[in-house]
Amino acid sequence: MVNKVIIKKLNLWFKENYVLKNINISIPEKLVTAIMGPSGCGKSTLLRCLNRMNDLIEGTKISGSILIDGRDIYNNIDVFDLRKRVGMVFQKPNPFPKSIFENVAYGLKIHGVKDRRIISEKVEKALRDANLWEEVKNRLSSSAFDLSGGQQQRLCIARALAVEPEIILFDEPASALDPISTAKLEELIEKLKKNYTIVIVTHNLQQAARISDWTAFLMLGEIVEFDKTEKIFTAPRDKRTENYLTGKFG
Amino acid sequence: MTRRLKQTFGFILLKISLFIVLLFLLFLLSFIFLKGFKVLSLSFLLEFPRRGMTEGGIFPAIIGTLLLSVGAILFALPLGVLAAIYLKEYAGAKKWVRIIRIGINNLSGVPSVVFGLFGLAIFVKFFRFGISLLSGSLTLGILILPVIIRASEEAISSVPLSFKEASFALGATKWQTVKKIILPVALPGILTGAILSLGRAAGETAPILFTAVTFYTRYLPRSIFDEVMALPYHIYALMSEGTKPELQVPIAYGTALVLLLLVFAINFVAILMRIQIRRKKKW
Repeated sequence: MVNKVIIKKLNLWFKENYVLKNINISIPEKLVTAIMGPSGCGKSTLLRCLNRMNDLIEGTKISGSILIDGRDIYNNIDVFDLRKRVGMVFQKPNPFPKSIFENVAYGLKIHGVKDRRIISEKVEKALRDANLWEEVKNRLSSSAFDLSGGQQQRLCIARALAVEPEIILFDEPASALDPISTAKLEELIEKLKKNYTIVIVTHNLQQAARISDWTAFLMLGEIVEFDKTEKIFTAPRDKRTENYLTGKFG
Repeated sequence: MTRRLKQTFGFILLKISLFIVLLFLLFLLSFIFLKGFKVLSLSFLLEFPRRGMTEGGIFPAIIGTLLLSVGAILFALPLGVLAAIYLKEYAGAKKWVRIIRIGINNLSGVPSVVFGLFGLAIFVKFFRFGISLLSGSLTLGILILPVIIRASEEAISSVPLSFKEASFALGATKWQTVKKIILPVALPGILTGAILSLGRAAGETAPILFTAVTFYTRYLPRSIFDEVMALPYHIYALMSEGTKPELQVPIAYGTALVLLLLVFAINFVAILMRIQIRRKKKW
């Protein structure tokens, strides 16, 4: 097992708020790592450190380091290139107000792909990989908003896949979806882990148990426990993890 | 007095206020209409004035007003939109940005005759554009600039954060995000604001008084350096100069009616666009 991402002594502040406290975890390559924990514990913030989306929020201060393939992403790297390598899928489906095709082609275009043929090939591949091609192949030019919520979320995944990332971050991707769409999404994540390193934030315990290989339990900005998922769920070492899993708080 | 009674009294007060406002509006409109519609005809719209403006139509004034307003938009829209993008997306929340924003808002409270004087000093004299379509358009453009900046800022603010985040998360730069996501989404709102300010520009007299208009010309402007006639000034001229008020005054009311209808038509287009935007908006 190779560690794709190594987070070392990571601290994060939003202005005076001390949000992430001394985070040290390693995220294995081509597996699914879940970050779970109660609301407001800093799960999303931790996820957004990995593609530096926190940079967009004024007043963010960070110390420590995050290494991807051994290189510190907070030190002397091109952030636009980083975000191409580390894709992200958000909590609520957020397709652009453009056609289905243009949504997926967007990432290719901003990274300088001009050849129409290459673009449409890659769009088709991304849609196939996101298990959406069969449902949309006859209406690629219709608005992304004509799709159902679950389809929109898979479209957002296709959009992220199109630029060929190595890591995909999911920020509670199923929280706005119905159970059937959620099942399809989880099936898709299962399939994607063959080729991608996946980090998923969820407050849904069953979901973390179902789809992840490793689980980090985060509370009040600290990693309480980080281990193989079956171990966390069957034999947690920390009392707080056990209390959370048995529903004593959450 | 019981609470209930006070409430009833309050409601009545509000209703009466509204009624008075509507009454004035109705009175104004019917007054202009009744006084103006008698001279209204196709030839009134399409002919030049004749016999010292006691006969004929107002064609050159209509064309002049349209050209001045469109010129103002051509100048103010790009400038205003770019300024709004800078203020919203790049400048951040620093102190000097707040001061600039207050400055822009105050600019829209400056009396329009002051803009006229400014236009005279800068465009007519300093840049030597003379009394011309160009000077008038630029002066009107500066007048509507604050309106366009504010409308554009509002339109840009209404672009959901989730669109921007999605774009950044794919590795787009800020400029790419502005160009490909923010502007296209905000554009209908920006255009609605622009059309409304077009109506404002069409109706202004003071800014063009020293910079663009002439009392009477036998020609339509052939270049941007020519003087023009304009509807608001035409009304003023008919009411204040000349020797045959009994012939001029009806024409003045006719001109006022045409100006009103023009501004209404422009605003109507803006309202239609707004409805269209709401209908198409799905986020």
